[in-house]
Amino acid sequence: MQSPLPTFPEQASNFAGNVDALFSFILMTTLFFAVLVTVLIIFAAFKFRRRSEKEVGDDVHGNNVLEVGWTLIPTIIAIGMFAWGAAIYVNYRIAPKDTLDIYVVGKQWMWKLQQPNGRKEINELHVPVNRDVKLILGSEDVIHDFYVPAFRVKMDVVPGRYNTMWFRPTKTGRYHFFCSQYCGTNHAVMGGWVTVMEPAEYAAWLSGESGDVNPAAAGERLFTQFACNTCHLPNGTGRAPSLNGVFGGTVLLADGSTVVADEAYIRESILQPKAKIVAGYQPVMPTFQGLITEEQILNLTAYIKSLQSQPVPAKGAGVMPAAAGKK
Amino acid sequence: MRTQATAPELQLPEKHYLNATYGIRSWLLTTDHKRIALLYLASVTFFFFVGGFFAMMIRLHLLTPNGYLLTPDQYNRMFTQHGVTMVFFFLIPSIPAILGNFLIPIMIGAKDLAFPKINLLSWYIYIIGGAFTLWSMINGGLDTGWTFYTPLSTIYSNSAVAPAVVGVFITGFSSILTGLNFLVTVHTMRAPGMTWFRLPLFVWAHYATSIVMILGTPVIAITLGLAAMERVFGLGFFNPAMGGDPILFQHLFWFYSHPAVYIMILPAMGVISELIPTFARKRLFGYHFVAAASLAIAVIGFVVWTHHMFLTGQSTYAAVAFSFLTFIVAIPSAIKTFNWTATLFGGSISFDTPMLYAFGFLGLFMIGGLTGLFLGALGVDINIHDTYFVVAHFHYIMVGGAVMGYLGGLHFWWPKITGRMYPEWLARIAAFILFIGFNFTFFPQFILGIMGMPRRYHTYPPEFQIYNVMSTAGASILAVGYLLPMVYLTWAAFYGKVAGENPWPATGLEWKTQSPPLTENFDVTPVVTWEAYDFHNRPDLGLDVPNGKGSPGVVAPAHGDD
Repeated sequence: MQSPLPTFPEQASNFAGNVDALFSFILMTTLFFAVLVTVLIIFAAFKFRRRSEKEVGDDVHGNNVLEVGWTLIPTIIAIGMFAWGAAIYVNYRIAPKDTLDIYVVGKQWMWKLQQPNGRKEINELHVPVNRDVKLILGSEDVIHDFYVPAFRVKMDVVPGRYNTMWFRPTKTGRYHFFCSQYCGTNHAVMGGWVTVMEPAEYAAWLSGESGDVNPAAAGERLFTQFACNTCHLPNGTGRAPSLNGVFGGTVLLADGSTVVADEAYIRESILQPKAKIVAGYQPVMPTFQGLITEEQILNLTAYIKSLQSQPVPAKGAGVMPAAAGKK
Repeated sequence: MRTQATAPELQLPEKHYLNATYGIRSWLLTTDHKRIALLYLASVTFFFFVGGFFAMMIRLHLLTPNGYLLTPDQYNRMFTQHGVTMVFFFLIPSIPAILGNFLIPIMIGAKDLAFPKINLLSWYIYIIGGAFTLWSMINGGLDTGWTFYTPLSTIYSNSAVAPAVVGVFITGFSSILTGLNFLVTVHTMRAPGMTWFRLPLFVWAHYATSIVMILGTPVIAITLGLAAMERVFGLGFFNPAMGGDPILFQHLFWFYSHPAVYIMILPAMGVISELIPTFARKRLFGYHFVAAASLAIAVIGFVVWTHHMFLTGQSTYAAVAFSFLTFIVAIPSAIKTFNWTATLFGGSISFDTPMLYAFGFLGLFMIGGLTGLFLGALGVDINIHDTYFVVAHFHYIMVGGAVMGYLGGLHFWWPKITGRMYPEWLARIAAFILFIGFNFTFFPQFILGIMGMPRRYHTYPPEFQIYNVMSTAGASILAVGYLLPMVYLTWAAFYGKVAGENPWPATGLEWKTQSPPLTENFDVTPVVTWEAYDFHNRPDLGLDVPNGKGSPGVVAPAHGDD
C-alpha cells in the first residue's frame, strides 16, 4: 500500500469491492466523455482557428437530432449509474439479521464503543473477521460521523436519534477510522483504529479482563436507581406496562397505531414518554431528558433487551400478542 | 491578433457615465446601474481577497501533517470564514451584481434597471450584511463551518455565531432585491424588437438565476433566523434536548444552499454563452436548448437538496429518489457543454484572453460536473461523502467554473466598462497561470478524498501529506494568477489603450453604444432586428460575410458541423 503516490485504501469489507467497482465504472465512463469532448474542442480550436482578421463562422442554428441524441444518451447512462449506486446503498442501509451489535457513542472529541458483553473501548474497535457487524450510533452532543475508509462506509452520528450502519470485515488488520462530520475544535483528532481479528482471537480478546460491567447488569441497576421498577412491574399489574418480551415486538399505541420496539423507540420513550402512549395506559411517566446520559440509555436498552426471553404476562404486557405482532 | 491596425487615434467619448458627475456623493448616492456595478466590483473584490487570505492560511497550515502555523481553533476559523466569505460575499454576488447589473439593461436596450433606487439599496444591504459578518470574524471569529450545522452552531460553538448569521441573513435581502429587479427589468423594459428569443443567453441565465434568488433566499433567511434565535434566546427548533431536530436545519439549509450553487454557476454559464459565439464568430449552437437548459437547471435544482444528507440517517427511499433527481439535474449541464462544443465547429476561432477563459471553463466545469456523478451515486457517496473529494468537486465548479466565467467576463467587458483595453499578452499569461495553478491545487484533493481524508481536518495522518504538499504548491501559483489580473486590470482602467465601441467585434446591444457608455446607455432607444449572435446579418460589424451565406432570411442547413 505504501507506494509513493497512493490512491485507494485497502479493501477490507464486503462493501469495498462493489463501491470501488461502481467508482471505476463511473470513472471510465466520465473519462471517456471528458476525453471525447476535450479532443473535439482541441480539434475544433485548431481546425477552425481564425485565418483572417474579418472572417466569420458558418451560419448554423443547431440540429435537433443531435440535441435529442446528446440528451438521451447521457440520461440512459446516468440512470444506470443511479441504479447501481442505489442498489449498494439500500443493501447498506438495511442491515441483515443476526448481526454483532456494538454501541458507539460519539462525544466531543472521542468515541466510546461497547461490545455486546459490556467490554468498553475508547477510540478502538475490535471486531471478528467475516461476521456481520452492526454499529448503533448515538451522540452526546453535536453531529459526528463514523467513517472507516478501508470498509468504504460511514454514517452520521446524530444527537437525539440512533443511526445504524453495518459491514462485514473481510480481512484482518488495523484500519483507520475517522470522524467525518465537522464537530468543533478537535474534530481532526477524533479518530482511532478498527482491529479486525480472527474469530478465536476476538473471543479471547473479548473475554479478557476488562473490569467493565455487563451493560444489561448495569441497566438493571439503573432500572432500580431511576425507580422505573416501581411502575413497570414484570407481572403486568403496575401503572405501566411490563417490559418482558417488549424488545423487538410490536406495541399497540393509544391512537391505534403500532410501533416496533427498537432502540430508537425505547430511547424516545425514556426521553419523551408522551410521544407514544401504549394503549390502555395513562401518560404518567416523567421525562428523563437531561437526567440520563446516552450511555445510561444504552445500558437500560441492553437490560430491556435481556428481558426478551422473560415470560410475558397475559395482561398488562407492553407488547401485542405474538400472533398479531408478527408481520 | 485584434484590430490594432484600425484607427490608432481612438479617443474616449467626451461624455460618459464615469465623468458625468464627480465627487463621493455622486457615487454613494448614484442610481446608475453601471456605477452601482462598480461599487459592487470594489466591495466584492475586497471580500475575494479577504477570503483568499483565509484560503492561503489553510493551505500553508496543511503543508505538514501536524500543521504548526495555526491552533485547531484558529484553523477551524480559517476554513469557516473562507467558506462564508467566498460563498455569500463573493460567489453569489460576483457575476450577477457586477456584470449582470452593468450589462442587463444595456443588453436589452434599456436605460437602467426597473428599480434604480432599489438597486442602490441592494448594495447598501450587502455592505451592511458584510460589515456584520466581518465584525464577527474580527471579534471572536466563526468556527461552525460555512454550513452552520446545528447543534454545533447553536449550542456548542464558542465563536461569534450570532453576528455572522445576522450578516448573512441581511445580505440575503440584497440578492432577493437584485433578482426581483432583474426579473421585472427583463419582462418590462426590452427595447423594440428585442423578443424573448433574441435575448442574449447571458440574460436568460440571469433570468433563471433571479428565479432561484427570489424563491430560495427567503428560506435561508428564515433558517438562519431560527438558528440565531435558538442561539441567543435558547429556543429549541433544532435542539434534540428540547424536542427539536438538528436534521431539520440541514433540510432547510440545503433547500436554499443547493439551489445557491446554481446562483453561482448559472451566471457563469451565461458569460460562457456570450464568449464562445463572439470568439468563434458563430451563432450559439442550439440557442433554444441552452436557454431551456438554464430554466431546467433552476427548476430541477430545487428538488435535489438532500443529496447533501444521504448519510444523516434520512429515509432510505427518500435518498434513492433524491439520487435519481440528482442525476437528472446533471443532464441540462451536459446539454450546454455539448452545445458550446458544437458551436466551435465551423467557427472562426480566435484565442483572445476571454476565449482562453472560456476554454478553461469548459475543461474545469466538465471535471467538476462529472465528479458530481460520483457523489450523486449513492453507493459511492457512502465512501467519499464529507471527504476531500467533495472539496475538490465543488472547487472545480465554484472556482474552475464560476470564477473562470467571472474573470473571462471581466476581461471581455472591461473595454466596455472602462473604455480601455487590458494588456493582451500579460492577460493570456495570467490565464495560463490560473489554469495550471488551479489544477495543481485541487486535482490532488480528489485523490485525497479517494484515500479517505475527511474534510475540515487541521491535522492528518502522514500518508496524506504528499498530496497536501502538491495542493499547497498549486495554491501559491493560483494566488499569483489572481493577483496579476487585479493589478493589470486596474492599471488598464486608467492607462490602457482606448478600445472603441466594439473592439472584438461582438453582436450584443451593449456593443452598439460608446465605451464607456453614457449614463442613459443609448442616445436613442435602439431597435433590434437581428437574432443573438447573428454575424451574418450585421453589416455594421464590418466583417467579411461570404456571398450567399449571409443574405438576410437565408438560413444555412444545420449540418456539416461535426
